[in-house]
Amino acid sequence: MDDLIAGLAAAFRLIVTADPELIEISIRSLQVTLTAVAIGCLLGLPLGAWLAVRRFRWRRGVIATLNALIGLPPVVVGLVVYLMLSRSGPFGVLGLLFTPTAMIIAQVIIVTPLVASIAHQAMRELWAEYHDLLISMNATKTQRILTLLIDGRRALLLAALAGFGRAIGEVGAIMIVGGNIDGATRVLTTAIALETGRGDFALALGLGIVLIVLSLLISGASHWAMRTERQGRW
Amino acid sequence: MIRAFILALLMPLAVQADTMRMAVTTSFNNSGLADVLLPAIEADTGLQVQLLVVGTGQALRLGAAGDVDAVLVHSRTAEEAFVAEGSGTHRREIMYNDFVVVGPVDDPAGASDAATAADALTRISETAAPFVSRGDDSGTHKAELRLWDSAGIAPEGDWYRPVGAGMGAALNTAAGMGAYVLSDRASWLNFGNKDGMAIAFQGDPVLFNQYAYLPVNPAKHDHVKAEAAARLEDWLVSPKAQALIDGYRIAGEQLFTFNAQR
Repeated sequence: MDDLIAGLAAAFRLIVTADPELIEISIRSLQVTLTAVAIGCLLGLPLGAWLAVRRFRWRRGVIATLNALIGLPPVVVGLVVYLMLSRSGPFGVLGLLFTPTAMIIAQVIIVTPLVASIAHQAMRELWAEYHDLLISMNATKTQRILTLLIDGRRALLLAALAGFGRAIGEVGAIMIVGGNIDGATRVLTTAIALETGRGDFALALGLGIVLIVLSLLISGASHWAMRTERQGRW
Repeated sequence: MIRAFILALLMPLAVQADTMRMAVTTSFNNSGLADVLLPAIEADTGLQVQLLVVGTGQALRLGAAGDVDAVLVHSRTAEEAFVAEGSGTHRREIMYNDFVVVGPVDDPAGASDAATAADALTRISETAAPFVSRGDDSGTHKAELRLWDSAGIAPEGDWYRPVGAGMGAALNTAAGMGAYVLSDRASWLNFGNKDGMAIAFQGDPVLFNQYAYLPVNPAKHDHVKAEAAARLEDWLVSPKAQALIDGYRIAGEQLFTFNAQR
């Protein structure tokens, strides 16, 4: 109980004093996660829509694989990316291990299946509705996918937010590929793991509260930007 | 404010010019000494040293793979093997601290009455008092295994719990279970969650813990920043480093003793 109260006090103190280290790692957290989610959406959203529109032989298999990949353990993703990027691995010459870029790569792999799968679910229902209309208008494949993406933007926002939620709270993969280097690859989640290891529960909890507040802010901001959940629209 | 924040978000992900990477043990970093040394290193040599905080086993693996430029660890046998296989150019002793046996305040095994470290461990195993082992192939773990070996005990059973975690996590676990654990003194003094725990045994010379600096061999990995690693080594054995290391205290106790040969 004491630890909880001390944690709240620590969070309050960190935010009110605008602790420079807190701001630095919060910005790095957002940089890494938002970049990863943006790339994940660029890959995942069209893939989801394409899977809804296109009929081909291995479609079922691809969708089933995609859904299974949602459960991909981040630690395993981290380990594989680590082995790939290590100096003695196949992409070692790039020198990317223990950089924010490596963390983004790992998070893109974690986020993309989730975004694609949620997008596919939403697009499939929308496609059932729009199918006859779009076919009768003789729309091309690209036009069909674009229509679905634009009209289904709220469901796609949900997909992006789910991806963001998975990425911002993730610690296993980025700890391995980033190395939690102070001033270079330390982000909120890895800092929390570190402070817990030091037995400084108050600071760890304080950072955790900052993390939760950040997630809420991003979610709120994106709803505001897409003008969803407002009077007269839903 | 918001604009500054967005600008900061859009800035390219930071890459510094004169940086090098060093893998260090959790005990070195958790002690807080790194927070004292790194700013001084940057001020004196212009080197920004990025620390990867891992166990000794993983630190040496990182060095062997060429993913770091130097390692600072504490497990002599493993270090000598590292140099022998050509992964490191040489081994330079920098400083030492010591290990302590930490346990519940009421000391159910009576470890504080022991004459030697081996005797203390024997008492713990005979009373089957819970003992948390790092179990992560770190320097502290290897030191613990050597101690069991010298006591002639093969630690196994319900009371012996390898957790496979860093020093801080192992101390947390031990505090939660009311178990004994072997810790380096620095991590213990810097540990925030000491609830009901105290040093049960200390002072035996076999608990001596030597830290050594090993630059990664540039002949094996040509991208290694050998020049930066050499500059860091020169600094680590300098009188300035000696003053900082010997002068570092927590709660009035000196943690590390500088013993590098110049």
